[in-house]
Amino acid sequence: MINHDTRIKVYGRKNGMIGIRNHLAVISTVFCANHVAESIVRQVPEAVAITHHFGCGQLGKDAEQTLRVLTNMGKHPNVGAVLVVGLGCEQIGAHDLAVEIASTQKPVKTSVIQDEGGTSATIEKGVTCCRQLIKGMQEDVDRISASCSELVVGLECGGSDFTSGIASNPAVGIVADLFTDVGARVIFGETAEALGAEHILAERAVNKKVKAFIFNKVAATEKLAEDMHVDMRGSQPSPGNIAGGLSTIAEKSLGAICKSGNRPIVDVLEYAEPAGKAGLSFMDCPGQDLASICGIVAGGAHAVLFTTGRGTPLGFAIAPVVKISANSEAVKKMAENIDIDLSGILTGDMNLDDAGRIIAAKVLEVAGGKLSKAEKLGHREFGFHSIGPTL
Amino acid sequence: MSEKKAWALCLHAKDNVATVLNDVPAGEPLVVRNKSGQTLEAFEVVESIPRGHKTAVMDIPAQADVIKYGEVIGRSVTVIAKGVWVHVHNMESLRGRGDPA
Repeated sequence: MINHDTRIKVYGRKNGMIGIRNHLAVISTVFCANHVAESIVRQVPEAVAITHHFGCGQLGKDAEQTLRVLTNMGKHPNVGAVLVVGLGCEQIGAHDLAVEIASTQKPVKTSVIQDEGGTSATIEKGVTCCRQLIKGMQEDVDRISASCSELVVGLECGGSDFTSGIASNPAVGIVADLFTDVGARVIFGETAEALGAEHILAERAVNKKVKAFIFNKVAATEKLAEDMHVDMRGSQPSPGNIAGGLSTIAEKSLGAICKSGNRPIVDVLEYAEPAGKAGLSFMDCPGQDLASICGIVAGGAHAVLFTTGRGTPLGFAIAPVVKISANSEAVKKMAENIDIDLSGILTGDMNLDDAGRIIAAKVLEVAGGKLSKAEKLGHREFGFHSIGPTL
Repeated sequence: MSEKKAWALCLHAKDNVATVLNDVPAGEPLVVRNKSGQTLEAFEVVESIPRGHKTAVMDIPAQADVIKYGEVIGRSVTVIAKGVWVHVHNMESLRGRGDPA
């Protein structure tokens, strides 16, 4: 079990942060640079590509969100070095992004398509840069011992079914409380999956600001369905959730919030905003799994605990995602994807406290360097959402 | 709790539905337990209920709250008798409704 004396071996970063992975990230600033970024990573398999279909034609807060996500991917302490690949005329300037990321004192290089003179030359320069960055990362790596209270743990549920709310989410809730109690930061979100359960979360808010944020963000999310003139059911809950026994978003939400445990909610975060306070923070992010994980990792999560009922293979570019399921059928059918089998909870062979201990031990193991199943299988998904029109 | 008989979990004393933990065919007995593992009651289900889906543990009138976790999860659209399958065909969501009433 974890306590204040529990220590883990991590990467000590020059700015004082700790990382649990040492990734070389190749970040494209705009969709025009995706092919180049992906081509570089094909030649440098140690690197991970961070590509997306945004970075230009965006307005106001939407453009700010894209910049915030990409910046916080580059600055993330699981990333040891960064190559920024740009086109040259996009909204997010490759050199500006590189300078901001380099404020963390990690090595950052750029390769810009209009400067280098086309696809091939930019790939060639990028590959050369990556080789240099890898050499630097290997020479400059600093493995240190750190308290588990320095960890930032993200919480996510996806492919939910009847088992999520009655078994795997309450088990993760125990772990959320454990990490909160040692002073670690814990982030959960998925605003759509608070609909119908927001009054319970609001009761746990430490102050009026946190309470108002929760109610306002849930109302704004609910209004999206109203503005579309549709019943949210079919999207939330999804067809798989419904097949798995969940009838309404409120039923799904009441199960989903169990993963946040029982401690007070000390802070609220906009999408991809870094968590600053020890304890449990609520982030306004979609229920869509990849966008949610991305926001939570951009918020600083070193690793994400991901409960699933139906089974899902999803990983993430720069952070381990640990799959937890209490559905015996999913655990059997998708054994290669599920890290932790909690199906014993529903047969009476495992109690929630035991489940919590198993998950906490897995978090420490993965934080210490052991790969999660999604990592072993090569899952390196990346993606986020837009909140504005594409111009 | 590992016995073969079909059982359902009733999460809260206020709940009018319970989650069926194994497929149960129409007319077969179902044991309802609470979170502590105590048996609350046993009755025969009216229709087949798939694993993980809900059954009514009391008669629910039309347009009444459907309660799970001790909270309102939706509203019945028809009368739902005890032992009937409760799902999207006979209950509606009260939240995220932008569709015309």
